[in-house]
Amino acid sequence: MYRYDERDRAIIRDRVTQFRSQTERYLAGELTEEEFLPLRLQNGLYIQRLAPMLRIAVPYGLLNSTQLRRLARITRDYDKGYAHFTTRHNVQLNWPQLEDVPSILAELAEVDMHSVQTSGNCIRNTTSDPYAGVARDEIADPRPYCELIRQWSTFHPEFAFLPRKFKIAVSGSEQDRAAIRVHDIGVQIVKRGGEIGFQILVGGGLGRTPILAEEIRDFLPEEDLLSYLEAIVRIYNQLGRRDNKFKARIKILVKALGVEEFARRVEDEWARIKDGAEKLTPEALAWAKSFFTAPKYETFDGASSDADLQTQADGDKAFSRWLERNTFPHRVPGYRAVRLSTKPTGVPPGDVTDRQLEAIADLADSFSFGEARVTHDQNVVLADVPQNRLYELWQEARKYGFATPNIGTLTDMICCPGGDYCSLANAKSIPVAEAIQRKFDDLDYLYDLGDLNLNISGCMNACGHHHVGHIGILGVDKKGEEFYQVQLGGSSSENASLAKVLGPSFSRAEVPDVIGKILDLYIEQRQPEEHFLDTYQRIGLQPFKESVYANAK
Amino acid sequence: MPTPNKQPANPAELIIDEAIAENQWRLLPQSEEGSEISAETLAPGKVILPFSIWSALKGSLTERASEIGVWLDSDESADLIGTDATTLPLIAVNFPAFTDGRGFTTGRLLRERYGFQGELRAVGAFIRDQLTYLRRCGFNAFAYEGEQPLKKLLDSMYDFSESYQTSVDQPLPMFRRRSL
Repeated sequence: MYRYDERDRAIIRDRVTQFRSQTERYLAGELTEEEFLPLRLQNGLYIQRLAPMLRIAVPYGLLNSTQLRRLARITRDYDKGYAHFTTRHNVQLNWPQLEDVPSILAELAEVDMHSVQTSGNCIRNTTSDPYAGVARDEIADPRPYCELIRQWSTFHPEFAFLPRKFKIAVSGSEQDRAAIRVHDIGVQIVKRGGEIGFQILVGGGLGRTPILAEEIRDFLPEEDLLSYLEAIVRIYNQLGRRDNKFKARIKILVKALGVEEFARRVEDEWARIKDGAEKLTPEALAWAKSFFTAPKYETFDGASSDADLQTQADGDKAFSRWLERNTFPHRVPGYRAVRLSTKPTGVPPGDVTDRQLEAIADLADSFSFGEARVTHDQNVVLADVPQNRLYELWQEARKYGFATPNIGTLTDMICCPGGDYCSLANAKSIPVAEAIQRKFDDLDYLYDLGDLNLNISGCMNACGHHHVGHIGILGVDKKGEEFYQVQLGGSSSENASLAKVLGPSFSRAEVPDVIGKILDLYIEQRQPEEHFLDTYQRIGLQPFKESVYANAK
Repeated sequence: MPTPNKQPANPAELIIDEAIAENQWRLLPQSEEGSEISAETLAPGKVILPFSIWSALKGSLTERASEIGVWLDSDESADLIGTDATTLPLIAVNFPAFTDGRGFTTGRLLRERYGFQGELRAVGAFIRDQLTYLRRCGFNAFAYEGEQPLKKLLDSMYDFSESYQTSVDQPLPMFRRRSL
């Protein structure tokens, strides 16, 4: 994990001082509402339906146990004792007081945390793979590049007032677990002739106009990462639309110019800056990588460790289920990565209490070198757990409600805070998630359904990523009433696709049964080994449509 | 047809090089009858011309070079002035709304790409809390239109004691200064 030095700390302390002054001037009437708005947003502070909401950055998802304990304390001292994991690795507090925010930021700064650029029209937190450094299909660890991007983008003086928000994701593996195709810039680490480089995609995004990113460069040398990003964002800052906030994302510019013309402009700009001071030196690259070396793994005999684990699993069905769904293969023999599920039935997906935050810290200390990772599907990963301690970890995780063996299944939903909290939402999303969890609570049924992503957004801003759910649910407003549109066939993987709308929307009460009909058809139509998405892609939308809307009237 | 941007004001006092100073320049707004202005009818004294007028007249104003400045609107890029920047005593960049951040790029390019050494003046609707970023992008003069006293603005010139990335005020990014 990256370790701050005095320079990094000075910058974050300066930020706290700056925001304290801004808040004081706002409360004293020296900053107008309009002027304070982007300043507070760039500190992650929204004014929401019920109270302010503070979004705290978790750069590319990494947290250590000290930071987790501090977050727990902050939720107790300044909030209602819980926090919410978002879909972009961040943590949200739902009930802070505006005048407390500078003090919260000061407390975060003490553990090298902040809320820098977690909202606003600037470069946001970089998203990455929760299995970075441990995945077997990894080409190179994405975290050093994420950290270099974090530093480059933090208080970048040229890019603090972009046309719209700007999100970058980095994937270092063959399988895309960072959803890079739905980001403004997607960076895919590739290897060519032994050299590390990047495939660069631009113009992806969800929201009102969902678009998948397109490639503008197939291989960018490693040392050119920052200058190339600078060229892209500079072109966007100059040419992105500013007259209509719904057409201001880079995806609209890329579509308007055409991807070839956009790429040409980026290449022209880059040619003029590529040999400047932002070119990464071998020392800088080695330095960035030095923070993400392997921890002190024990040496295990992989085969005998696997066999022992299998014996434990054979003897305990509940453990076996958890093992199957909530653990992930590790590149080091005798280890696994573990997903703690924040999605038991009846709890808003991604919500954790102060005690649970402390429990994650304890589990991280006991089982995984003191570190944890927040995932984009709102769970938590302990990346380095010895297999011979999995049973013990499972029992501990159960005590704190983290062992729901539903990772990757229907009930492991991505869900935005929705109309219960968010002032943008057209409809509530949390009660829909809960109703679906309650209807489909039979584990055997869930396992039989297999890998299935269901994503729920309370409005077309798409914080719940409904466009890239295998099943997506979108809250819509129909003459003042909350309705839900169902979409099928989305995916944010390396074979990304956008979901298609099934048909007319449904009332909240109808949604679980509609999902039931969709699943029934899948089970009836599927071929051996076919996941939901495979079946959908083979048979198309029409059969689902017919099944759901048949006899509707 | 895009609506024309709000024209920048030209306050009597401004900040230059971190001190409050008297404004010695007139600023000519963009206007319909702008094309009527010629080198002969342009009143004497220091004047900041809109880009379109400067561009039309620059050939006939060479003798007055030290009192002719130019201002760029937010949709006019540094490339329009290009290497002519080295001959200008002053370039102003308009921020029609403080959220319109195109001028930050314009400032950097004028300094870093086109070698502009003169006074780089921010005009328009920018706010106090942008001064650090503006300064880092090469601006050294601030013709502030807002309500706050100029003296208070000076407190926001250096909100950060360190910076990560390359810019006009710090040509070396931090990774080149960490003594790795």
